[in-house]
Formats: sequence, C-alpha cells, structure tokens
Amino acid sequence: MTPAWAQLGYLVAAVCFIVALKGLSSPRTARRGNVIGAAGALLACVIVFLASDIQHLLPILAAIAAGTAIGVLGAYRVQMTQMPQLVALFNGVGGGAAAIVAIIELTELSGGPAPVFDLIATAFTIVVGSVSFAGSVVTFLKLQELMTTRPVVFRGYPILYGLGLLAALAFSVGLVLAPSMLFAVLLAVTGAGLGVLLVLPVGGADVPIVISLLNAFTGLTVAASGYLLENILLLIAGTLVGSAGTLLTRLMASAMGRSVINILFGALKGGSTLGATTVSDRPVKSAGPADVAILLAYAQRVIIVPGYGLAVAQAQHTLRQLVDLLEERGVQVDYAIHPVAGRMPGHMNVLLAEAQVPYEQLKEMAEIDPEFKQADVALVIGANDVVNPAAETTPGAPIYGMPILHANQARQVVFMKRSMRPGFAGIENELLYQPTTTLLFGDAKDTMSKLLGELKALTV
Amino acid sequence: MNTDPLIWLTIFVLAGFVGVEVISKVSSTLHTPLMSGANAIHGVILIGAILVAGSAQSTPILVLGLVAVILASINMVGGFVVTDRMLIMFSRPKKALDKSVRRELDQ
Repeated sequence: MTPAWAQLGYLVAAVCFIVALKGLSSPRTARRGNVIGAAGALLACVIVFLASDIQHLLPILAAIAAGTAIGVLGAYRVQMTQMPQLVALFNGVGGGAAAIVAIIELTELSGGPAPVFDLIATAFTIVVGSVSFAGSVVTFLKLQELMTTRPVVFRGYPILYGLGLLAALAFSVGLVLAPSMLFAVLLAVTGAGLGVLLVLPVGGADVPIVISLLNAFTGLTVAASGYLLENILLLIAGTLVGSAGTLLTRLMASAMGRSVINILFGALKGGSTLGATTVSDRPVKSAGPADVAILLAYAQRVIIVPGYGLAVAQAQHTLRQLVDLLEERGVQVDYAIHPVAGRMPGHMNVLLAEAQVPYEQLKEMAEIDPEFKQADVALVIGANDVVNPAAETTPGAPIYGMPILHANQARQVVFMKRSMRPGFAGIENELLYQPTTTLLFGDAKDTMSKLLGELKALTV
Repeated sequence: MNTDPLIWLTIFVLAGFVGVEVISKVSSTLHTPLMSGANAIHGVILIGAILVAGSAQSTPILVLGLVAVILASINMVGGFVVTDRMLIMFSRPKKALDKSVRRELDQ
C-alpha cells in the first residue's frame, strides 16, 4: 500500500501537471508552466523510490540515466525544423513503455483469479499503447520524408482495417477470459498493425494532427496503467493528457478548417487523386533576382508569406536583412503567418522568433489577409499549400476547406521556389500560373542573398 | 486489489474535465509547445515502469521492465527539454515587445 505522505506527494505532482497545462496555454506563462510540470515529474520519481519497495535499484538507475541521456541529446541536437517528428518519437516511446508495463503487470495478474476491470485495463493499454507506438513511427517516417508524404490507400484497406479492429476486440475478450501471454503478444501485434493503418491514409500536411491524437491516446494508456498499478498520479496525469490532447487535436483541425474524421479517413473516399506528383509543363513566368529586387524596391506595401522551405534553407536571417533594407527605403513590410505554416500549428512563429524577427511584424492570418488587396507585392518564400487557391476552388483536393492566405489578390505575386515540385500536400498550385505571378527559382538562401545584393546595389 | 473501481472512475471523469478546461483558451501560436508539453507529462509512465521493473522476479521480466524505463525516461526528460527549447524562442520577442511598449509610454 502506498503510504499517506507519498499519496500527498503524488497529489502535489498532479497539481503541478494541471498548473503546467494551464501555464502552457498562455505565451506569458508557458515557459514557467513547463518548468513546473518538470518539477512535478521529478517529485513523482523521487517519491516512487522512497515509498515503494524497489529492487534492482542499480540497473533501474542506469536505465533512467541512459534514457535521460538519449532524450536530452535528441532534444538539444534536433533542428527546430525537425521538431515535430521528434515530438512524435517521444510520444511513441511513451506509448511503447505503457504497453510494456501492462504486459509485465499481466504476468503478475495471471497468477491467480484477476479482477475483470484490471484485465480490461490491461488489454486497453496493450492495444492502444501499440497503436500509439507504431503510429508515431509512421508519422516520423512521413515527416522526415523517409517515406511518401502523400496519403497511402490501397484496395481492401477498409476491410483490413475492419478485420484489425475485430481481431483487437476478439483478442481483448480472450485476454479477459483467459489471461495469457499469447493474447498479450497478439494484442500488441494487432495494435501495431492498426497504428500503421491509422496513419497511412493521412496526407503529409495533416500528420501533426495525428501526432496530437496519438499523444492523447498515450495519455489514456497511461491513465489505464495507473488504474492497473493502483497509482493515482498515473491515472490523473494520463487522463489530463488524454482529454487535453483530444481537445487540442480538435482545435488544430479546426485551425485548418477540417474535421478530425475527415483528416483520418478523407483519403479513403478516393478524392485525393488530385495529389499527383507529376511536374506540370504548363507555361510560367520566371524572372531573375535583379527584376524582383526592382519590383520590391519600388513597392509601397510588401507582404511576406514564409513557409517551411524558408526554414529548411536557413534563410530567415538573410530575409530579415532584406526586410530591414526595404523598410529603410520606406516600404511597409509584414509577415503573414498562416496558422499551419511550417509543419505544425505555431511552428513558423517559433522558427521566425529564432531568427529574431520582431514580434510586431508577425501578423496572424485574420489580421493580415484582408490587406493583400492593398499590397503591391506578395512575396511567397518556400510556402505553397497555405496560398493554394485549390483549398477553396477544388472540392476533393486534400487541403479543400483549409483557410488560405489570399496572396493571389496582391497586385504582383513573387514565388521563391526550388523547383516546380508541388507542396507538402502534393497538389498543383494554380497560383503559379496566374498572370500576375512571377517565379524566382533557386535555393531560398542562395536566391535571397542574390536578391539582397541587387537591392543594395539599387540603394547606393 | 482495487476495492472500489467507482472511486477510480470518479477521479478519471473529473480529471478529464479539468484537462479540457485548463487548455480551452489556448492560442494557435502555442499549439505546438502545448502538445509537446502534454507529451512530456505522460512521460510519468516512468513511475509505472520503475514499479514493474523494481518488482521483477525473473531476468526476462527485469530486462523488459528496464526497456520500459529507458523508453519512458526518453519520453519524459526529452519532452520537457524540447518544450523548453521551443518556449525560449517565445520569451525573446516578448522582451522586445515590452521594450517597445515602454518606449511608447516614455513618449
């Protein structure tokens, strides 16, 4: 039995987690909130060693040290552009850990007659933990572009998925009626299969929503294992993450103007044939850095639409110099930040803040979108899907319904692109063929430096 | 043994509502750090991993338990650290904003 002081300690840790989540939802308190959460977790770890009879102390401490080293190294090494896939991996290993805990707990339960609720919780944790683990691995592969970012659907997918769900249910019933390692392993394998199937049909641009959903799943498995282990902190923390994660998933989806169901299963309706990767050979208008420099220098109002390509090329700093120069010339410049610019909601704010772009120049979509009509030039750098009119004009496109920035309404549109390859969602962008659009091909950083040089030459 | 599953159910339901309430007003700018922070919090599964590894009676179970401990530590520690790295980016522009506000007040 857990002693009373330890229970009180766990309660303090649980309150820390609630305060942490509260803090994380406001920019002013976010960092403090995260630290409070970490303090709660540390407190909980200390309590578990003091209050419970823990054998194998040395190997366990060594394992914690190893995990801590890997986690810290990963967290510090990762480029800010690759952060979403790191979060996916962290989430996946958490789900995997929960599944393993449930499997081990089963070996103790199966000794004698076990309460039915415990066995249900075990089955739930194993299957959902495995879903979370395998699903997270697939989201990692998609975001890292180690596999195709386009929705993967094949003939018989719904049948396979249905069979997987039935199998998971059957094995769960089996586990509850006749607890054995066989059913546990079968459940884990089925869960992993379901996790892969869950993420495959999701298009690259929607993957962050799935990370958030899997995050909520892992939370629920942690809650269930809290019930199994009679640990109230695990129950509370897991449930908090489960419910907050579910709401966050819905908020993220609605920022993209989509429903969660549509994101998960939209591709199954067969509407995503538009996601062709063929590079079109329709005529476009392209120009060199010198022409674009003149266009920008003699504009009065320029709106910049930054995208993931900008961050990948690490061109934020050069862009800032360019903007400074334009402002010296009296050009009014703003950044239009689409809520899902980058790889996940809020990602672009993080990336530009890293380049020390003044906070006041970052305009949210609702604020800046009506101003494109007055803008002389919309400069789209490494972005594509967030300005793609197909989101409004082409029902069935993977991004249909997502609110977009109306860069097409500016007098001139300049697209800085590496190639004619379509964006992350894999759809052709009509804006590229618009008569007012000029393309500036090349690596964002390289082109940006040339543009900066040309602009300096004009100013002298 | 769990003497009364109803008490656990009660805590579960109440915690569920708390989770929804505390983040209901989050701005879209903070979606990514919030997701990452919540992700770190479910890393407390580490407690569960320590408990099962610490009562392992056989070597295979101990090894499995240690794997769970490693995975859970990665989740928890890595999660909090990467969230902090994201949030540092937000605190910097905030100072700049404070300064510009102060300048306006001075004028």
